[in-house]
Amino acid sequence: MTWVAFLEMLPKLASGAVLTLELLFLSACVGLFLAVPLALARVSKRWWLSLIPRTYIFFFRGTPLLVQLFLVYYGLGQFEAVRESFVWPVLRDAFWCAAITFSLHTAAYISEILRGAIQAVPVGEIEAARAIGMRFHQVYISVILPRAFRMALPAYGNEIILMLKASALASTITLMDLTGTAKTISSINYMPVETFVTAGAFYLAITYVLTHVIRFLERHLHPDRKEPVMIVG
Amino acid sequence: MIDLQGFGALLFAGTQVTLQLALAALVVGLILGLLGATAKLSEHAPVRLLGNGYSTLVRGLPEFLVVLTFYFGATDILMAVASTLFGYDGYIEVSAFAAGTTALGFIFGAYASELFRGAIISIPGGQAEAARALGMTKRQTFFRITLPQVWRIALPGLGNLFMILMKDTALISVVGLEELMRVTAFAVGRTKEPFTLYLTAAVIYLLLTSIASLGLRYLEKRAALGVREALS
Amino acid sequence: MSFLRTFTGLAFKGMAIATLSVIALTATAYAADKLRIGTEGAYPPFNLVDSNGELQGFDVDIAKALCASMKAECTFVKQDWDGMIPALNKRKFDAIVASMSITEERQKAVDFSERYYTNKLQFVGKKGMDVDISAAGLKGKVIGAQRATISGQWLEQNRADADIKLYDTQENAYLDLASGRLDAILADAFVNYEWLNSDAGNAFEAKGDPVFDGDLIGIAIRKGEDDLRIKLNKAIKDIVADGTYGKINAKYFPFSIY
Repeated sequence: MTWVAFLEMLPKLASGAVLTLELLFLSACVGLFLAVPLALARVSKRWWLSLIPRTYIFFFRGTPLLVQLFLVYYGLGQFEAVRESFVWPVLRDAFWCAAITFSLHTAAYISEILRGAIQAVPVGEIEAARAIGMRFHQVYISVILPRAFRMALPAYGNEIILMLKASALASTITLMDLTGTAKTISSINYMPVETFVTAGAFYLAITYVLTHVIRFLERHLHPDRKEPVMIVG
Repeated sequence: MIDLQGFGALLFAGTQVTLQLALAALVVGLILGLLGATAKLSEHAPVRLLGNGYSTLVRGLPEFLVVLTFYFGATDILMAVASTLFGYDGYIEVSAFAAGTTALGFIFGAYASELFRGAIISIPGGQAEAARALGMTKRQTFFRITLPQVWRIALPGLGNLFMILMKDTALISVVGLEELMRVTAFAVGRTKEPFTLYLTAAVIYLLLTSIASLGLRYLEKRAALGVREALS
Repeated sequence: MSFLRTFTGLAFKGMAIATLSVIALTATAYAADKLRIGTEGAYPPFNLVDSNGELQGFDVDIAKALCASMKAECTFVKQDWDGMIPALNKRKFDAIVASMSITEERQKAVDFSERYYTNKLQFVGKKGMDVDISAAGLKGKVIGAQRATISGQWLEQNRADADIKLYDTQENAYLDLASGRLDAILADAFVNYEWLNSDAGNAFEAKGDPVFDGDLIGIAIRKGEDDLRIKLNKAIKDIVADGTYGKINAKYFPFSIY
């Protein structure tokens, strides 16, 4: 590969990286937001309440993300009713389809992480909170969830890195993310390996930066501890 | 019932390829994982660097990108290796199945090497010392003492990886292998019913992962049985 | 235990296939009487896969006729469009018969036979909708095309102000036109002809005149394989002369596309 060809692809890949990061940021935030009610319902003692998140998690963890993405993007467009409804302006856009699918997908994984963390909150703390007269929802809001969030942070960070890598599939629905840009470049320069390796370097750089940001956050939330608690998700 | 418009047989054939691909990649991945773990625990710094580099790099890359690179690069790499090592300058054919198996095995191996490394160091050093004292060679110690226990300790983690591997087989559709996802896309092109067909594919994947998780539970139970017996 | 045995059995079967395929080394020179032909299988009516998993279409029929004329034994290899040229150059197959346009860009990487049909590019949009296909008219409109085709390149060079979406297969571009995500697509006129005549495409129509007339479609082979190129050229001439070409043509289009 000539240096010219290499230097020419860098700005294109960089703009692809921006789209990748936008998708990642959106799905990490929305996914977390969706995961909280899912996790709460999942730990519920009422079987019918925990059945909904169980089914949801079963589906999203048991099928490939690519199938989920095609179901949302190509699948929903099959129906006249969907195409004429108010959601179509959103579903029409490949970006929103990817953002929605990624959010739903990652929410399933994050909710399992949160469930693990909620169940790991020491019983004594909950009993103590009840003993000083806190109501059930107060216990959740002031004791269990803040504790669980802190414990879940390392695994949540892990999930964000996994989503970064999974987001490469956005390229299969016309999005010009990092991988989509690399595919288009390689279809013009006929140097697929060199192009994909360069794109890979971008992903590694993003992973490196994200890992450090997450570590910084962990330390910030655990001022009393040097090593954060590790939870195996 | 869902009307598959005559594509049911094609989907079934695709499912078989998906299964073959997953199992072949599992074997490649287990071998690479063990090699990677041994490299990470090596006494020689360059070998350790190689082992750590492999797992760190691959785990930081999108699986999809690794698959694309392997598909387009496998022939180049193999030909370069054949030419430098064996002086063979002919052309080497890499089928979509072989490229897919290698790519997925390569990814699986990177994660598995971490699991195996953890499992190996969790086995008390005294056991290896005892084996050596009994006159076993290093190799015998590894295969007779360490490896059987590593299997048990790493099994739950490996099971997780296998589930991920099974879903990652869908990525191989991009390299032209006619696994489930690819044949579904063909059928969508002919019937214009993407929702029905992709949902059918999703259900098949769910079945596969469910069966695999049942199988794993069985394997884990068997592995745990051995432990209780050994302790009693 | 039988579960375990089946499991390992299947794994070994898979392994054996993988190993064999890796070990299968093909000799440098292609055997004169054996030809592996790469095609896509997602580009009706030129190449497609039917519900039995068999390759069909104009390209496939032409390739078979050429092989019969050259007395060569042909096998078909399916290959995604994106990787078509790299796969040819890496000897996954020896010739591409997949409706590939002869372009300068591609000629840097591969050699081409003479044309085996002539293509033009045409816009397609919803019936009754006014689509002005001039550069000004398409400004801001969402236009689809297949990645790594001359349609895609033509759009990027001549209609850069449009919002261009690139698809991995032509099928997916049509799916998105039908669902209303795209205002129009640009594709080969004959491919459009087939789709417009299908159930899925009957609410759509060609828009404006063809924009790129005289796009020649040839068979791509590796650079420097002149023997094969000369043979293919002769075979193309022969099947046109003896009427075989005309019969295949008539099977797909009511007009000559040579």
